[in-house]
Amino acid sequence: MLLLKDRGFVHPIASEITPEPVFRSRRRWLATAGALAALGPAVAWPQGTPKGAPLSANRSSVPGAITMERQTAFNDATSYNNYYEFGTDKSDPAEHAHTLKTRPWTVAIEGEVKKPLTLGIDDLLKLAPMEERVYRLRCVEGWSMVIPWIGHSLSELIRRAEPTGNAKYLQFVTLADRAQMPGLRSSVLDWPYLEGLRIDEAMHPLSLLSFGMYGQVLPNQNGAPLRLVVPWKYGFKSGKSLVKIRFVEQQPATSWSLAAPEEYGFYSNVNPKVDHPRWSQATERRIGEGDLFAKKRPTLMFNGYEAQVGQLYAGMDLKKFF
Amino acid sequence: MVQHPATKPVLFAVALVPFTVLTLGVVQHSLGPNPAETLIRSLGDWTLRFLCLTLAVTPLRQWTGVATLARLRRMLGLFTAFYATLHFTAYAVFDMGLVWSDIVRDVAKRPFILVGTAAFLLLLPLAATSFNRAIRWLGGARWQRLHRVVYAIALLAILHFFWMRAGKRNFGEVAVYAAILGVLLGWRLYKKAAGARYFMKLGSHSAKG
Repeated sequence: MLLLKDRGFVHPIASEITPEPVFRSRRRWLATAGALAALGPAVAWPQGTPKGAPLSANRSSVPGAITMERQTAFNDATSYNNYYEFGTDKSDPAEHAHTLKTRPWTVAIEGEVKKPLTLGIDDLLKLAPMEERVYRLRCVEGWSMVIPWIGHSLSELIRRAEPTGNAKYLQFVTLADRAQMPGLRSSVLDWPYLEGLRIDEAMHPLSLLSFGMYGQVLPNQNGAPLRLVVPWKYGFKSGKSLVKIRFVEQQPATSWSLAAPEEYGFYSNVNPKVDHPRWSQATERRIGEGDLFAKKRPTLMFNGYEAQVGQLYAGMDLKKFF
Repeated sequence: MVQHPATKPVLFAVALVPFTVLTLGVVQHSLGPNPAETLIRSLGDWTLRFLCLTLAVTPLRQWTGVATLARLRRMLGLFTAFYATLHFTAYAVFDMGLVWSDIVRDVAKRPFILVGTAAFLLLLPLAATSFNRAIRWLGGARWQRLHRVVYAIALLAILHFFWMRAGKRNFGEVAVYAAILGVLLGWRLYKKAAGARYFMKLGSHSAKG
């Protein structure tokens, strides 16, 4: 440890790291369990997706970008998703997202920018070298994962657009197409799904524009062809299947705070001390960690990224700006 | 058909199917990426379903005129209590890690947990007084008054489900159960009002007569 330059990531406790033989035996055991599950249709779950196209990347050197924690199994990360455009059950996206057409795909950059532009997915991919980043993902519902994403910092795109002095916030608009997305028929939220960040949050090197995960392009249910990943905020802040980024002067509307303003704020930073009105945020269940009886783990301030992002919120009352 | 000697054993076996399927899921580790959540929610769903079935017995009996349907009410009620107990236990063990101080704090803090817990606790005396000797001991009238608490339980249960889904504004299923309970409880209110009118009429007739 002393030989490593401190890149600012939170080092896990040694005992938390699973020895490889144990890890392998768990994998075998999971495979057996999966095979058994396939036998019983009454309780069967989608067993992951076929392998997608590979997407190569170099290990990120951004401070805090690579946690050493055990990564969530690919099958879990791709079959337990919230993506309401494909249904409200967490198994719905894996089942229904095959109808999403990810090419051709463009993202419009507009608003308070000197260079409004529309970029195709291939231009976006080439904007900067692909990096692999292993982030913790904490859902507002109280579960978490560790996912190896592939992409580049959102700041690369922002610099390209040259925001004006009036650009204080970014609004992210995601795809809403009834023909491709069966979930739009329900009125759970107003579509399209909207999210937003303050510009300094968006410029933070950890804010990732992601195109892939687990060494391959993003599976549809995880937000293909490109999505945001903001690891210190609850998962819903990271919009999927982005089609438009608006630079604006006023704090933009976001879908969940429109739907339930008392429950979901604009910031939605992971914070164990600020509970959701209907449940505690002090602990989380790490998906795939142990069996049914596994203890939940304590949730970390800013999801463990306090060293990197804490200064963005210096002096702010995080209970008020939740 | 309801009077057939096999009806009750068959109903008993059918009512145990969800329990069996979930137990198999636990044993085979096939409850998905978040087995605790699957288990807790499925048990909650089945509690609500059995509650609806229990409350459907009397209206069905009155609509169809099949008086013997009443034979099945106690078993359905007890299965409601069975799944409610498993639902609460699964929450206490898998969500709260059986730390009682955490459970008490959670119950006090989260209205939807409070309401669910209240419904569960109210269900216990009903389950405990379901056998014949308890009915005799209480006397029919008192027993019936006590067991009317089930209407309060139904309202608490649907509120629990509504609040649980409120954060994600996912009210589709809540509306279905609310509609079913609305019909089942509304029918009783209607009957009562109709009965009162009937007796009032009867009263005015006799006054004239």
